[in-house]
Amino acid sequence: MKILVAIKQVPLRDSPLHANAAGKWIDDGGLSFEVNEPDAYALEAGLQLKEQHGGEVVVLCAGPERAGQTIREALAKGADRAIHIAADNLEALDTLGSAKLLAAAAETEKADLILTGLQSDDVGAGQTGVVMAELLGMPHSTIIMHAEVKAGGIRVKRELENGWFQHIEMPLPAVLTIQSGSSKLRYATLMGIKKAKTKEVRRLTPAELGGLPAAVASIEKIYTPRKNKQTQIFEGDAKTAAAQLIEKLKFEARVI
Amino acid sequence: MSVLAVLEQSGGQWHRTSWETLAASQQLAAALGQPVEAAVIGTGIHVLAAEASARKLAKVWAIEHDLLDVYTADGYTAALEQLLRKAQPSLVLFPHTYQVRDFAPKLATRFSQVLVSDVIAARSDGGALTLVRQYFQGKLNGDVKVTGDGPVFASLQAGAWRADALENGPTAATVETFVPELSAAQIRQKPEPPFREAARAVDLTQAGIIVSVGRGIKEQANIAVVEDLARALGAELAASRPICDAGWLPMERQVGSSGQTVAPKMYVAVGISGAIQHLVGMKGAKTIVAINKDPNAPIFEVADYGIVGDLFEVVPALAEAARKAKG
Ligand SMILES: Cc1cc2nc3c(=O)[nH]c(=O)nc-3n(C[C@H](O)[C@H](O)[C@H](O)COP(=O)(O)OP(=O)(O)OC[C@H]3O[C@@H](n4cnc5c(N)ncnc54)[C@H](O)[C@@H]3O)c2cc1C
Repeated sequence: MKILVAIKQVPLRDSPLHANAAGKWIDDGGLSFEVNEPDAYALEAGLQLKEQHGGEVVVLCAGPERAGQTIREALAKGADRAIHIAADNLEALDTLGSAKLLAAAAETEKADLILTGLQSDDVGAGQTGVVMAELLGMPHSTIIMHAEVKAGGIRVKRELENGWFQHIEMPLPAVLTIQSGSSKLRYATLMGIKKAKTKEVRRLTPAELGGLPAAVASIEKIYTPRKNKQTQIFEGDAKTAAAQLIEKLKFEARVI
Repeated sequence: MSVLAVLEQSGGQWHRTSWETLAASQQLAAALGQPVEAAVIGTGIHVLAAEASARKLAKVWAIEHDLLDVYTADGYTAALEQLLRKAQPSLVLFPHTYQVRDFAPKLATRFSQVLVSDVIAARSDGGALTLVRQYFQGKLNGDVKVTGDGPVFASLQAGAWRADALENGPTAATVETFVPELSAAQIRQKPEPPFREAARAVDLTQAGIIVSVGRGIKEQANIAVVEDLARALGAELAASRPICDAGWLPMERQVGSSGQTVAPKMYVAVGISGAIQHLVGMKGAKTIVAINKDPNAPIFEVADYGIVGDLFEVVPALAEAARKAKG
């Protein structure tokens, strides 16, 4: 089966974040980047399904030049080839716009299954996979922990709230959005890293995919939230701060 | 033009955030000078629809169909699309539940719109709506404007609006039954009944004090540091999701939207950033303490007390001070 995995490059977790000069997105100069965590699990799910059923895993990534690094890492982990929608100004797109680009690229592959992370660590809209499914006319399911290919379709384990789960069956082709922690992530092997260098990365531009769609939803302003809560912060060396905190917990909050 | 609140129920039980969404709808409708309507979806939902009609609103749509008895993305999308084409709201609000995440983006796409998801605040400046949502897991906020012809779609973060602000109406609102055209063939997802993995051996809801550990702990071996603090405080040990995902602590100790919801008299968050999915599980605690090296970590937004610093220095010092204080 042919499995397409849509992945995104995001700033490294715990990066210092500041608004850019226009105030509409972050200033990403000087930051390091990594694959969006749930997307890493989507790739892992794709690689496992390929191991079980054979076929091909194709990585799909829209992002600037630097996203090439994240694509190579996915290839090093075992993806067979990749499509890079290369463009600089993708943060101006809304989820419908980016899903349109990704769906247009996916159309050229006719995959049996499309996987992506359930949300991104930067925008966090949690919609790309669902909107792609709608644009491609495919069924979908979200927050998936496990997927099993069956005759005539796929059976997934979907996470519900408060520790509940549910199985759902649907025909293929389908789109699934994968939850973090759904399996153990593999590391790239040295052999994999070497092989990745020779694997195909097909480059597409937004123009080749119908152009950059105009945004219906746009960020007017991005900013550090104003703190509403009065938190008593204890500073100084750890010992002093700890002693002060325990004192408060004992005599003010009366919880110990 | 109206503000439509899409309420969530399953098996005849309301999702508790439905009322927050309705309260938000009342407030935004007042600001926009529009009536409020609500929609309930399912099979045999007249009791729920009647309950909703006691609130201050213009109309309740009871979307009834045998094929809507259990939730499916395809069924709900098709049914709501038909209702929206008839009711023509200017703004459609949902609670940001796992179910809404599953179908509302698809529904918005049918109207060439985008769902503005997990919204924490909204304001109307002379009819122009600004929606505020979080970026980078709560580290930044963004003001979002929506253009385009279709209705504006937004899902609201749990707890961002208060259900107790909900106003009742002077008399019950009209309930109008809406029967969408649906066929079994168009619903491609075949859901099975929900289940739980295993009985929970640990009931965190009974704990008086909880010490909870997050990814700041870095390695499984380091959990012992936090365990010692829990012992010193006589607390139960809990964790954020990545710790349980990694298998460093069992799943049953996970706090948050997919784990347990707790409200102890004290919750100590160690190396936890405070993503919303964690906060919903613990922000009801009476006293919240956060230990984090990042002064801008969202956890401090709910913390009563905090120490900004390296947990590997702070936590052992706290354990020692706690033992001393307890004598
Ligand atoms: C559908 C869905 C459901 C989810 N359900 C849950 C859930 O039930 N429960 C849950 O917890 N999460 C849940 N999540 C995940 C959630 O979004 C966050 O990813 C998660 O809570 C982050 O965990 P964390 O705070 O431990 O890790 P991080 O966000 O990585 O935070 C680590 C923190 O540790 C601090 N730190 C690092 N080193 C040190 C040090 N030496 N000293 C002090 N501080 C340090 C950092 O500053 C940072 O703030 C869910 C997500 C989704 C999408």
